Amino acid sequence: MRRARTIVTFLGRIEGLPIALVLVALYIVFILTAPRVFLGYRIYMSFLQTVPPVLVCALGLTFVITAGEIDLSFPAIVAASGFVFAWMFKTFDAPWAIWIGFVLALAVGALIGYINGWLIAKIGVPSIMATLAAQFFWYGVTILLAGGLQLDISGIRGSIPHSLFVGRLFDVVPVQALWGLALAAFLWFILNRHAFGEAILFIGDNPEVARVMGVNVEATRIKLFTMNGVIAAFAGLLLTMEINVFFPTQGQGFLLPALASVFIGGTSIAGGQGTIVGTFFGAYIIGSLEAGVVASRISGYWVQLVQGVVMAAVVILNIVIGEGRVARLSDRIRHWIMPARLSSAAELPRTDAQR
Amino acid sequence: MTENLAEQYALRMVNIEKYFGRVCALRNISLEVGRNEIVGLIGDNGAGKSTVVKILSGVFPPTSGELYVAGRKVDFNAYSVKRAHEYGIETVYQDKSLGEKQVLWRNFFIGRQVTNQLGFIDVRKEREIANEIMLNMIGFRGRGITVDSKVSKLSGGERQGIAIGRAMYFEAELIVLDEPTVALSLKEVGKVLNFVRQIKAGGKACIYISHNIQDVYEIADRFIILDRGEVVGNLLKGDITREDLDTFLLDYAHGLQDKEEA
Ligand SMILES: Nc1ncnc2c1ncn2[C@@H]1O[C@H](COP(=O)(O)OP(=O)(O)OP(=O)(O)O)[C@@H](O)[C@H]1O
Ligand SMILES: [Mg+2]
Repeated sequence: MRRARTIVTFLGRIEGLPIALVLVALYIVFILTAPRVFLGYRIYMSFLQTVPPVLVCALGLTFVITAGEIDLSFPAIVAASGFVFAWMFKTFDAPWAIWIGFVLALAVGALIGYINGWLIAKIGVPSIMATLAAQFFWYGVTILLAGGLQLDISGIRGSIPHSLFVGRLFDVVPVQALWGLALAAFLWFILNRHAFGEAILFIGDNPEVARVMGVNVEATRIKLFTMNGVIAAFAGLLLTMEINVFFPTQGQGFLLPALASVFIGGTSIAGGQGTIVGTFFGAYIIGSLEAGVVASRISGYWVQLVQGVVMAAVVILNIVIGEGRVARLSDRIRHWIMPARLSSAAELPRTDAQR
Repeated sequence: MTENLAEQYALRMVNIEKYFGRVCALRNISLEVGRNEIVGLIGDNGAGKSTVVKILSGVFPPTSGELYVAGRKVDFNAYSVKRAHEYGIETVYQDKSLGEKQVLWRNFFIGRQVTNQLGFIDVRKEREIANEIMLNMIGFRGRGITVDSKVSKLSGGERQGIAIGRAMYFEAELIVLDEPTVALSLKEVGKVLNFVRQIKAGGKACIYISHNIQDVYEIADRFIILDRGEVVGNLLKGDITREDLDTFLLDYAHGLQDKEEA
């Protein structure tokens, strides 16, 4: 019985497990409601193709929200990055232009992010205002430069960067899904095992504590927004390369899904605590909902409503099994498994053994 | 090494002034703290106690004046919390010392993590040391608190214990406690005072700030009294009884009032 208790406690400690289970449960429901679609592999491959750009944005956003800040400018960065990349290719139409365009796009993301960070950390502009203004401004600049037109870059198909970032592994698995996974793993280590991630955690917890303990709060904030700019630019590259076209409104629909992914993943809006694993599964839940609801032949008018219900349910689930309640839950389960008298008897040798 | 005069002090401030904009928070502050001395810094709200602390612990520089740490003159252009840590100055604030939602082992090392060249944290080592500090320095045993506990689960006294234990581990020469007992129960205050006695027993120095004169009197060797940004009293414990100290403070307050009325 002791084992049952430790197993429950242990499972509760695995980062992102509840949200992963929700994703599995969701697919089971869809398999029941739309077996024809969800028993085949194609639908999953299409998720692996469409979710990564939003996922990548959501991963960066997890850092920002953990630091107690917000970034509303990443959709503009997705557009700007796609434009720079497509424009380079269109203009020079050479293999080297793809790589240069790739690097330039990331640099543009870094620059926009750096300016955000500078306004926030040095001037003291609240991040919601600074990044909202940045969203309008940089999106405006992009539309202006693009003349409101899309850029067709189907010529990059078959090039090395194209197959490296958005090709198909074994002709089926979209490679961008692996990039999303790799980035998630990398960022998990940065957040949980790197001094930079720890600085983010403490700043989100309480910037004054971080400051008096010797964390350079301003520099960390600037790095944070710069990093988020690069990550959003990478998302823009994945998107543009996948669809082989830059279109001016690209990324503008990412804002709410990316935010929703972070929050249903279990990252707290209060800051100081964030989960990359949760965001990862959260993005796939958000990305699967619409297709699943539509495939289940629920009338299209219901799609948003069902999405809202699922999101609310997951957030509530996170709160219920979150901090402090896991122990109570495991206690309760222990009591379901065996009568109280027995369970308290089983407790005694345990406490003895601890001494 | 030659013993120069300054080196008998863990810390010495000479004519420190601090302006916030046009507001003068500190004026002509000169004080010293002996190498193994506990100094009680006393003063009303807004007297400037925390401002003194923030200057000496590297949070911000003074407008003018000099600071010596163990005889070394501090260059304020290059002074920071990190540098103060390197000089052996550790500060414990009432509520600003620990990240509430973070686990204890992170709290022990924030700002000076054990990392490899790439900046990745050696978690195993940090947890090991944190565990050691908790067992040997603070004596947290079998209370259900581990290095993986979050600060939010700890009582106020335990939190201060962690912060002081951290300071002792990093071999602080001078530990500054800025109102470490606010909002603590009597029992918890007792714990904090015990930690301060450990500092003294360990041969280190301490600046102790509290509004509770009884605690300060009990624990300190010397009292420095601040009023509106100025040092108005510097008294050895042997030279004054608890009652006289009370009277001094009261008289002082009355004296000022009289002046204002006049
Ligand atoms: N960052 C700041 N900006 C402007 N004024 C400040 C700042 N910090 C402190 N002051 C002012 O300096 C004076 C001294 O404040 P300080 O916090 O040092 O007082 P204190 O003695 O610690 O008081 P308390 O017992 O209430 O903690 C006050 O008048 C305060 O308003
Ligand atoms: Mg104060």
